Amino acid sequence: MVDRNANENMNNSTSKLLNISGAEAVIRCLLEEEANLVYGYPGGAIMPIYDEIFKFQDQLHHVLTRHEQGATHAAQGFARTSGKVGVALATSGPGATNLVTGIADAQIDSTPMVCITGQVASNLLGSDAFQETDIIGISTPVTKWNYQITKAAEIPEIMAKAFYIARSGRPGPVLIDITKDAQFEFFDFSYKKCDGIRSYQPYPNLSMEAVDKAVELISQAKKPLVVWGQGIILGKAEEEFKTFLEKSGIPAVWTILGLSALATDHPSNRGMVGMHGNYAPNLLTNECDVLIAIGMRFDDRVTGDLTTYAKQAKIIHLELDAAEINKNVIADVVLHADCKHSLQALNDRIAEKKYPKWIRRFDQLDAIEQEKVIHSDLNPTKPGLTMGEAIAMINKHSKGDAVIVTDVGQHQMVACRYAKFNQSKSNVTSGGLGTMGFALPAAIGAKMGAMDREVVAVIGDGGYQMTIQELGTIFQQQVAVKIVVLNNDFLGMVRQWQQLFFDKRYASTEMVNPDFVTIAKGFKIEARRVKERKDLNEVVKEMMSSDKPYFLEVCVEKEDNVFPMIPTGASVSDIRLE
Amino acid sequence: MEKKIYTISVYTENNIGLLNRISAIFLKRHINIESFSTSESEIKNVFRFVIVVKMTADKVVKIVKQIEKQIDVIKAYYHTDDETIFQENALYKVKSSALFEERQIQNIIKDSHSNIVTVSPEFFVIELTGFRSETEKLRVELEPYGLLQFVRSGRISVTKAKMGISEILNTFKNNK
Repeated sequence: MVDRNANENMNNSTSKLLNISGAEAVIRCLLEEEANLVYGYPGGAIMPIYDEIFKFQDQLHHVLTRHEQGATHAAQGFARTSGKVGVALATSGPGATNLVTGIADAQIDSTPMVCITGQVASNLLGSDAFQETDIIGISTPVTKWNYQITKAAEIPEIMAKAFYIARSGRPGPVLIDITKDAQFEFFDFSYKKCDGIRSYQPYPNLSMEAVDKAVELISQAKKPLVVWGQGIILGKAEEEFKTFLEKSGIPAVWTILGLSALATDHPSNRGMVGMHGNYAPNLLTNECDVLIAIGMRFDDRVTGDLTTYAKQAKIIHLELDAAEINKNVIADVVLHADCKHSLQALNDRIAEKKYPKWIRRFDQLDAIEQEKVIHSDLNPTKPGLTMGEAIAMINKHSKGDAVIVTDVGQHQMVACRYAKFNQSKSNVTSGGLGTMGFALPAAIGAKMGAMDREVVAVIGDGGYQMTIQELGTIFQQQVAVKIVVLNNDFLGMVRQWQQLFFDKRYASTEMVNPDFVTIAKGFKIEARRVKERKDLNEVVKEMMSSDKPYFLEVCVEKEDNVFPMIPTGASVSDIRLE
Repeated sequence: MEKKIYTISVYTENNIGLLNRISAIFLKRHINIESFSTSESEIKNVFRFVIVVKMTADKVVKIVKQIEKQIDVIKAYYHTDDETIFQENALYKVKSSALFEERQIQNIIKDSHSNIVTVSPEFFVIELTGFRSETEKLRVELEPYGLLQFVRSGRISVTKAKMGISEILNTFKNNK
């Protein structure tokens, strides 16, 4: 038997340990990477690692989710609010395949995550053994990197690489598959953090020539527009970004994942672009003369029809990932670097300016949107509650300090349009993949990644039921998240499309829902339902002042639509207000 | 935009699963691979994939970026046919009786500049290295005599211009 304490005393300063198991090494690696919070679900092929989790429970907190998909989304939520790498564990076979949705979500939304899966013993690989699945093959297209470990001695180096790859450059998910025999095998452990891989150069050098060209374009611009994405948050460039906007005087608009990088009430913040974005940002995309895209990738939901997207404008693209450059939109000037550096370089060189006439265009269009959409969303006169007023009520009581976690669909668009944010890393949503079921487990991780903050999950009745079992995790861990289900008894966004584009043929979008309050109470979570406007204020206030998990169902108008809207494939200029 | 033949050269680390990762990039975009070959390159432990595709110029740029984005890929390039020296290799297995009974087959072999690799009482194997059109021509000519087996390799190619992978690896080392 190895005396772990004796071993530690002997090698206190060097991260070296003689003769420990692969399973113990995995835990030691996690602790070396300061990943002392992991989400997961045990099973046969990962039992040796779970046995070590038991032994290390005073140093490593493991959260048992109710499904492996929940573990990935929780890890994502944790990563998004903490800025650290999220970790999810699962066993082989179905445990591993259940991770795939979360991995794909993390890949497309650039979320740093390390997934560790157990695998059958190496002598059984390829034999169709019990719970064997080729998770390396399955996860390859949706991981930044993956690797199968069959020897314990590989564990330290591969784990160090996994964390380095997950968090560096454009972050993403990494999956490490470890055969059961490698978990049992004993070896001499030593750990060194990874600081570089020769075939992977995540931080290109900024071209100063390009910076000069960008500065020149900006100095000549009469109607410049900034479109920013999550790159600001991932690059920890919020301060540089704010300085850039305040000095340049350029109005700025955001993609859904860029939301919260700049405070909602900052005067330069002019709203959201894209399919359900604001009126002015979309229309003025096709009026600006210089478009400065920062840490965003011109997703189709942002650009609409590419052949009519910002054709009149010179494009400056600040982008870290070479593969995103000229992928959808051809840029006139490319600043291929971490946007923190690019913005610093620009800030040193640009002149202070103001664009009062150009800004007035935004004000004019905002007034139209206010009159046609926002006023009735937030101050409805009809009896049924709107999603917008529910979000506004959360704003009132959160004062903009809460993290808002959203799922996918109408409620997501409404929440992103109306939620108020005072600080960065406050908007957690599934953007690129559009994963229904994301929000509830992601909220668990979001709260654990920012324990001092209020976390409100806003979810539709459809997505909520995709991962509703994670109420069990919230109950067991007593994670004080606030869950708000905006229930319209429909898969609202699909229904909206059916109404607008499929002649109101509501195929399989009406939901006959259970009693959500009773379900929450079954998990011993305090729960309320609001059906009438007069009760909303008091109940949201009660929810926000609670220091425990809290469930609130808001029964909203069944057939409300989200506007503005750019129909699929249409130009951003064709944005509809009704 | 017109589709053209491009040879994509990928220098990689020697890791299991990389072939899958690279082919997945083509699969995701519904692109057919015309030919694929891999071997160790001029640098020890650095592998070189040679992938031939038919696509438009704007798409090949994007796909090469996606390939280069993979962690274990050192560098990826694309070239048109006139920028590379390329060859394919083919093996033809024919029954031995044909060699002795049909005088014409000896002329075909001679004219094609192919080599006889082996001769046994039952069969003989010839080998031809060249362009697709040359190996294909020989296949068509041998077919009437009963081709027992035919196989052609993927394209292998070197570029006329310098690749400079060692230099790239050195800069990477210095960047670190």
